[in-house]
Amino acid sequence: MNEFLDMGGYAKYVWSTYSISLIVLTLTVVLCKRTLTNTRKRVLRRQASLKESQT
Amino acid sequence: MWNWFHKLASPPHFYRIASAFEPWLLWLAIACMLTGAYGGLVLAPADHVQGDGFRIIYVHVPAAFLSMFSYALMAVASGIGLIWRMKLAFSVAAATAPVGAAFTFLALVTGAIWGQPMWGSYWEWDPRLTSELILLFLFLGYIFLRQALAETRQADRASGILALVGVVNLPIIHYSVEWWNSIHQGPSLIKLEAPSITTDMLWPLLAMIIGYQLLFLAILMTSVRTQVLQREQNARWITEQLGTENIHG
Amino acid sequence: MLQAFQLVISRELQMAFRRWSDLALPVIFFMIVCMLFPLAVGQDQAILQKIGPGAIWVAALLATLLSLNTLYREDFDDGTLEQLALSTQPLTILLLAKTVAHWIVTELPLIAITPLLTLGFNLPAEGVYGLMLTLLAGTPALSLLGSVGAALTAGLHQASGLIALLLLPLTIPILIFGARAADLAASGQSIAGPLYLLGGLSVLALTLCPFATAAAVRVSLD
Repeated sequence: MNEFLDMGGYAKYVWSTYSISLIVLTLTVVLCKRTLTNTRKRVLRRQASLKESQT
Repeated sequence: MWNWFHKLASPPHFYRIASAFEPWLLWLAIACMLTGAYGGLVLAPADHVQGDGFRIIYVHVPAAFLSMFSYALMAVASGIGLIWRMKLAFSVAAATAPVGAAFTFLALVTGAIWGQPMWGSYWEWDPRLTSELILLFLFLGYIFLRQALAETRQADRASGILALVGVVNLPIIHYSVEWWNSIHQGPSLIKLEAPSITTDMLWPLLAMIIGYQLLFLAILMTSVRTQVLQREQNARWITEQLGTENIHG
Repeated sequence: MLQAFQLVISRELQMAFRRWSDLALPVIFFMIVCMLFPLAVGQDQAILQKIGPGAIWVAALLATLLSLNTLYREDFDDGTLEQLALSTQPLTILLLAKTVAHWIVTELPLIAITPLLTLGFNLPAEGVYGLMLTLLAGTPALSLLGSVGAALTAGLHQASGLIALLLLPLTIPILIFGARAADLAASGQSIAGPLYLLGGLSVLALTLCPFATAAAVRVSLD
């Protein structure tokens, strides 16, 4: 197991690239999803206020 | 076939299809990437020149591939939008840019970290890394131009023209950088690629590339929906669509 | 059509000479940037000679960029651009005329002053000649690409930073071939190869950029 983690001396480089990739990709997914949720909320709010002003 | 394509191009239809497909794409992407990472980190034998350091290829090459794919997709979508005035195409182009920039950033960072043990320095003016750096600036230019133009219609078309000019220029940039590098070749001769790739090394790479591609599509499904919502916030179908979404949670 | 082309050019030239400060600004900027290099890297003649062609090319690129801010701004604000778009003549040709005029009033003075600047880098005579040739072959592509960038941002105020971000990555091939050819010339070698490539880029830009510029102007006017 230790040998695996050590990556033949390249541990620093291999694990840092893999973790940076994981972080950036996760962040991209999460941010895009959050933008969608926020936009949806904003549109709903806008439509609700439009309906109110009509009645 | 044509009919089906037309239907897909209508924003409400696409919105529904995108919502349905997104979770599938995401889970498939994660499965592919986990398989690829296991194959790449555990099953693949160490390279005889670069040792275990070559395993960075499994996160570097897919990111680099996707960065170029994103720019091409952005340009094609922009072209379709400009020629056929298709609103959905502009939504796709606008949604692709930030994701493409993220992949480009990843390709650069992983390439630089890979460079440290191989070249002895984080940055070497390697032609592919240099092209990747220029690509990042092209993405940023596209994003900033969109930001600067407040009106969506104008931003769509202006950034579309920029993407087309960029995509014509991209091969020229790539060629010129290669040429420039061949003259000013530095002392390091190791390129960022596995010299002799075996099947054990190859299949995890393919799995990773497919995984990245699926993840890109999953993110795109989310981002295009955001774009569609922003553009069509006054349409009636949005009210109905959001209404049903709320009932289902 | 040819007449309209000539008319736009002569109008642009007249306007430019009336406001000579706009004409002089890029040239002065060009000279200052060239002066900065020796001040920054020291006065080692060998180093200066080595970086000279590249430094002058970078300075020319930046000076061109500086001149692009005003290329369409005023015509956009006072409605001239709209008039051009409404005219019966093809907008592509009219804008190409404007671009040609821009090349004459901005790039030609830069090229003309280059021999003076090479003194500061101690370039040999054949190097000066080669450098001017590369600038002559490459700057049309710069002007043409620049006009696309200027047209895309015509409606925006304070877009100079944005123009730089949009254009600098796209001009990299011109810089690479231009600086390389100038470098070869300075060391007394044949510059035919990169010079042809540079000319090819200018021709390619000439065939594609005017259409992109026209499309961009129409978008900006919208």
